[in-house]
Amino acid sequence: MDVLDLTRLQFAVVTIYHYFFVPLSISLAGAAAGLHLAWLRTGKQSHRQLTELVGKLLIVTFAVGVVTGLVQEFQFGMGWSAFARFYGDVFGPTLAIEGMLAFFLEATFLALWYFGWDRLPRKLHAATIVVVAVGTVLSAFIILAANSFMQNPVAYSLDPATGRAHLDDFGALLLNKVNLAAFPHTLAGAAMAGGSLLLAIGVWRLRAAGEAAFRTLAWLGAWLTLTGGALTALTGDHLGKVITQVQPMKMAAAEALYATTTGAPFSVFALGGPDGGRPFFSLEIPWLLSVLAKGDPNATVQGIDDLQAQYAAQYGPGSYIPMIPVAFWSFRLMIGIGMLAAAVAAYYLWSTRGNRPAHRLLVRFLPLIPILPAAANTFGWVFTETARQPWLAFGISRVADGISPGLTRAEVLVSLIGFAVVYGILAAVWLRLIRHLSRQPLAVPAPLTPADEQPAEREPVPVY
Amino acid sequence: MITVWFALVVLCWVLFFVLEGFDFGVGLLAPVLGRDDHERGAVVRTVGPFWDGNEVWLVAAIGVTFAAFPAWYAALLSGLYLPMAALLLLLAVRGVALEFRGKGDGPRWRRRCDAALAASSAGIVLLWGAVLGVLTHGLALGPDGQVTGTGVGRSTAPLLSWAALAGAGAALFAALLIGATFVTLRTTGPVHQRARRLGGTLATGGAAALVAVGSGTGSRPALVAAVLCVGIAMLARSGREALAFGGTALGVAGAVVAVFTAHGDVVLRSTLDPAWSLTMAGAAATDSALRLISVAGVVVLPGVLVYQAFSYWVFRRRVASERVAS
Repeated sequence: MDVLDLTRLQFAVVTIYHYFFVPLSISLAGAAAGLHLAWLRTGKQSHRQLTELVGKLLIVTFAVGVVTGLVQEFQFGMGWSAFARFYGDVFGPTLAIEGMLAFFLEATFLALWYFGWDRLPRKLHAATIVVVAVGTVLSAFIILAANSFMQNPVAYSLDPATGRAHLDDFGALLLNKVNLAAFPHTLAGAAMAGGSLLLAIGVWRLRAAGEAAFRTLAWLGAWLTLTGGALTALTGDHLGKVITQVQPMKMAAAEALYATTTGAPFSVFALGGPDGGRPFFSLEIPWLLSVLAKGDPNATVQGIDDLQAQYAAQYGPGSYIPMIPVAFWSFRLMIGIGMLAAAVAAYYLWSTRGNRPAHRLLVRFLPLIPILPAAANTFGWVFTETARQPWLAFGISRVADGISPGLTRAEVLVSLIGFAVVYGILAAVWLRLIRHLSRQPLAVPAPLTPADEQPAEREPVPVY
Repeated sequence: MITVWFALVVLCWVLFFVLEGFDFGVGLLAPVLGRDDHERGAVVRTVGPFWDGNEVWLVAAIGVTFAAFPAWYAALLSGLYLPMAALLLLLAVRGVALEFRGKGDGPRWRRRCDAALAASSAGIVLLWGAVLGVLTHGLALGPDGQVTGTGVGRSTAPLLSWAALAGAGAALFAALLIGATFVTLRTTGPVHQRARRLGGTLATGGAAALVAVGSGTGSRPALVAAVLCVGIAMLARSGREALAFGGTALGVAGAVVAVFTAHGDVVLRSTLDPAWSLTMAGAAATDSALRLISVAGVVVLPGVLVYQAFSYWVFRRRVASERVAS
């Protein structure tokens, strides 16, 4: 592999890894806030216990998300300095504003909430976790705007003298139509990730400890997974139509549709040649691709061959075709695995209705369910990012032109090994800790004393 | 406009180095000041609710640098590729060790977390110090603002310089001192006693070393730092804990400002040809981007400072390191 491939591989590795923790943080923050508010309303002891459990899961997951997210902020300068130099005007402010507006909120208020049970008045304390949840959603919106610029560059103009992009309108950058479609899709996928983790822990612990609170946790997790699944389908349908408009090549690659077709079918399964070319067998649903892409069974979907010819005429000679097998399969695996997770959650809810015990097999295999949304989310991003190739920012900047010019192969190899080793260890430790925390008996919380009635055995000393 | 933004960028970096400086110092000192599991826990708890919010200043600093001076961000991070990658990995280990420490099972788990915390904190401090030292000297920037070279040496060679070595040494001293004065301020009991003694000793020793360096090289910053150290030593020994910590924070802030403004309006000096150095104006983003982040900075950052100060106020009570008789 040359330095470009290695740098791309490293970006893929650290970004995919980071994204195992991001959707969990988003949904666990929301779940903790919901449970906390439910406890405040009902005063039920079990709600308080579950809030603390979810809070612990959140804080260890958030920690890994923070330290791997920091890497993302540096990557654009370390490995992709040419991109940073030419598109920094547009791309930089999103990262800066995400940090200032959302990330500070999340980090500071999560600590206030986690350590503040006996230090803050009840309502103020509950408000801190709500702020965290809002912060995570805000973070997602701003950072997806940065990604949406790469999918569909808007709100910029190119300076012909320097070749640098100028930001014209930050509002328009945020309200990129790709972002408006990708943001709800991403949140729905995040709900499935956290929901399935809660479902898994609930079912696992219900079997082992039989505490009734875990039935609530499993129920909450199953509903989050199922609702998230339904919403990913709805929002994904809309996102597909937007992508068909701005990147027709991506949707053609998703179906491996070489010839422009009217009333195009969607293949559920296909066997292609070893070169990843045209399939010799495929199981097709007629008209479905036309419906997915344009909402009309008789619509014409542009094929790869036509688009290649069109792009070559527009942007100059070269290949504009992404890796077709990767696009084809990651798209199907995203949908298939995501829907499987939602179906399992639905089956769990149906089979345990009216306090019926869940089937033994279901109980045995449900603790593995968090793997499904994690895989579906990953395949979704693999599809989104690889099927944009060869572009870094679609139509204006190629990946090959974005890499840091001086970077050497040896440097990237060393850093890639470093990231792989450290990230591998972190993942193992995180998994062990999540298991350990879920296995703890639910704490019986001490009765809360209001903050002003603290025993005054030591004088408070202001730090600042 | 550009100068204002440069000042804001420097402010973010100053806040990062001061606030995370004591976090790193605390990580380094936990095995020194804490003789057993309980005491080490007390040391780590002094930064428990704060370190994450402090680390976001790094996100803000690098994000604002990217937004306001894209060419500076690009040249600095690609030119120091491997040191930056190592820093990120060490920061990952540090953050996770800190956050996971209290949530695992048993003293063995905590001992491992403490070891990882101390080792990674030490590595971070030495590397950041070396990077700051390199900044005072400059990078081998070519005409296109890139550092060229072969192999891993391209981005690691600058670390093998006297400037980097001096930076690493100074950073280690500063982190230990600010860590000790912070722990003094935040604890009671035996840990408090030890931290207080260590702070006084460090400041006195540092003052002596700085006087030697300053008179040997005629370096004015070293002499200023020596005077500051004498002041901190006197404050620490007389039990003026908040002032001793404040004095150390001031020293760290001054050092960071000195590094960033060492070459006037040159933000990154080229060691090959002065004409290839990156200037503030040359590295800056366009007016529209600067205006946008100015608005965001003016509206958002004061709010951040307010709620972070609130968080320090909420958790103002000292951490007790005494053993409760059972």
